[in-house]
Amino acid sequence: MISRREFLMAAVATAAMTSGTGFGGLGRLAAQQALREEDLLAFRPLGNVTLVHLTDIHAQLMPVYFREPSVNLGVGAVKGLPPHVTGADFLKMYNLEPGSPEAYALTSVDFEGLSRAYGRMGGIDRIATVLKSIRADRDANTLFLDGGDTWQGSYTSLKTGGNDMIAAMNALKPDAMTGHWEFTYGSDRVSEIVESLPFSFLGGNIRDTEWDEPVFEPYKIFERGGVRIGVIGQAFPYTPVANPRWMFPTWSFGIREEEVQANVDAVRAKGADVVVLLSHNGFDVDRKLAERVKGIDVVLTGHTHDALPEPVKVGKTLLIATGSNGKFLSRLDLDVRDGEVKDFRYRLIPIFSDVITPDAEMTKLVTELRAPYADELSRELATTDSLLYRRGNFNGTFDDLICEALIDKRDAEIAMSPGFRWGTSVPAGQPITVEDLHNATSMTYPEAYRSEMSGALIKEILEDVGDNLFNTDPYYQQGGDMVRVGGMAYTIDPSATIGNRISNMTLLKDGSPIDPARNYVVAGWASVNEGTEGPAIWDVVEEHLKDRKSVTLEPNRAVKVVGA
Amino acid sequence: MNITRRQALALGAGAAVVTMTALPRLSLADTDAVKAAIDAVAGGATPEVANVTLTAPEIAENGNTVPITVAIDSPMTDDDYVTDVTILAAGNPAPGVATFHFTPMSGSAEATTRMRLAKTQDVIAVAKTSTGKVYMDRKTVKVTIGGCGG
Repeated sequence: MISRREFLMAAVATAAMTSGTGFGGLGRLAAQQALREEDLLAFRPLGNVTLVHLTDIHAQLMPVYFREPSVNLGVGAVKGLPPHVTGADFLKMYNLEPGSPEAYALTSVDFEGLSRAYGRMGGIDRIATVLKSIRADRDANTLFLDGGDTWQGSYTSLKTGGNDMIAAMNALKPDAMTGHWEFTYGSDRVSEIVESLPFSFLGGNIRDTEWDEPVFEPYKIFERGGVRIGVIGQAFPYTPVANPRWMFPTWSFGIREEEVQANVDAVRAKGADVVVLLSHNGFDVDRKLAERVKGIDVVLTGHTHDALPEPVKVGKTLLIATGSNGKFLSRLDLDVRDGEVKDFRYRLIPIFSDVITPDAEMTKLVTELRAPYADELSRELATTDSLLYRRGNFNGTFDDLICEALIDKRDAEIAMSPGFRWGTSVPAGQPITVEDLHNATSMTYPEAYRSEMSGALIKEILEDVGDNLFNTDPYYQQGGDMVRVGGMAYTIDPSATIGNRISNMTLLKDGSPIDPARNYVVAGWASVNEGTEGPAIWDVVEEHLKDRKSVTLEPNRAVKVVGA
Repeated sequence: MNITRRQALALGAGAAVVTMTALPRLSLADTDAVKAAIDAVAGGATPEVANVTLTAPEIAENGNTVPITVAIDSPMTDDDYVTDVTILAAGNPAPGVATFHFTPMSGSAEATTRMRLAKTQDVIAVAKTSTGKVYMDRKTVKVTIGGCGG
């Protein structure tokens, strides 16, 4: 392992200074002095291949605040294993100083205080700088791969049908990508974009429903530094289950483990020296896949937004987890000889936006892309007096705000908000802008429905989503975090089986137990059903904020977790 | 690589458990109707969990039309071939879905069909050979409400 120690040493001064809060710009200045760009870019090259991985940027062109989860439970065989380690346990496992830049980047510990010191992370112009610096040394050896969830998640990506991200990514010149939320632009739009891309869109697990034929190229073999690198694309297997299938009705997905094996064998037969799975499976699915499929050297994981400072090894396979929202870029150097990986060196590069110099060309492009929307993006809706965030297995404060708005403006007793893993954070004391709201809601099926559901059906939904998150077999996990609920309390035991995880469902407005036989008025959004009607969720939240100058979201106490 | 010994041990343990759970299971929870259907194919013999590969999605994209493929490892010669394979949906009121018949002329014993699954359940394939052997495989297909992913 390289440079982590160097990085920590550089950060000691900062750690000492950030124990208090309220540093504001001074704290940021301190971060700049302690952290130097050359420390973030430092890497002793190794071997003959450099893989650079970016994933789940969720259309964040600009630097963002993104709080990592404080709760990210693993079940069954992976209980307590990365990435199911959070907070202080994470710091301990990876030997990180509390208050250090890496502690801020990788955990939720003292996020509020540290966000003032270290500022925003990411920004595609900073990513461009890091990429350029890597290519400056290793251009002939470098392969840059995008794990998907690239075109969705912001106001400008929605307004441009993903064109802003496509322009920015094309400028970064990836060698290949795979996808998930990309498909929510619909099959026609996706096909149109993919045909125009100057690089490969890979998806070995997507077949048309009529002829069972591949829809996209399954893999591509590249040559870098004299090494043939077989890259197999694996799109999110449960896209038609987690997202509206009617938007891409003739495309079938799935894990298709046997296809993955067949594609590994095929690229090996065609002379690949090293095999990389560019995956949007989610970490636990990839860990199981790496156990069972033979011959994969590297899995570049995605979807579950995990950021791990070291690879997880399964047999000979290295699993890389690069995080999300542009906070990190992964660099993995490989020494490939005689058709196998002899050695490797890895660094998860944190993109501290106040430390890394923006690439001028990319800044210019991003400014142009955002210019038509600049006024609307910065329009302030209210101020938040407490941190707004989403990521974590259960309710986050941003979703609690969305649920409040749904109950308030849709006149509902209970609200449901999907457990998406995307959605950036807004620190306390900051305005909530249209851009912030869209970062938490932007999508092509935003209708806020209002309907009646029996207590029994509400329980069934919670059990169903709970099993999609906590089934002990990762292949049966569908991807998202737990559905967020407003107006109702419940207890969940993640270690139980489907039908037995949820108990003590209580209506908060009067404290009454949820009656399986009674109908409740439920408001929610992002339904996967075709023809869902209602106003867009961002309009509902904006309407809710209109009556308020500021909002305060208390930590959620309505969800009680037991047995985990 | 800087994984501590503790982590390495934990990872090793995790891997072992995964391998064990990945073994095909003989379900103890089969209903009488499913047991009867298996018996009807197997003629009372206990099917061996081998040689049959049942391919089905772990989570159905559409429970109304779930694609499945069954392939049986067999020389398919006059002396030793698969005579038939029966597909059962263990959670349906009437478990029998389809039976495919083969001859040595079939070349390989493989079939694909689509089936309706109203809820999460096991799909079972029971195959018989001309030499009187009975093999099976099973796979759980989850039928979910969907949504909320990502």
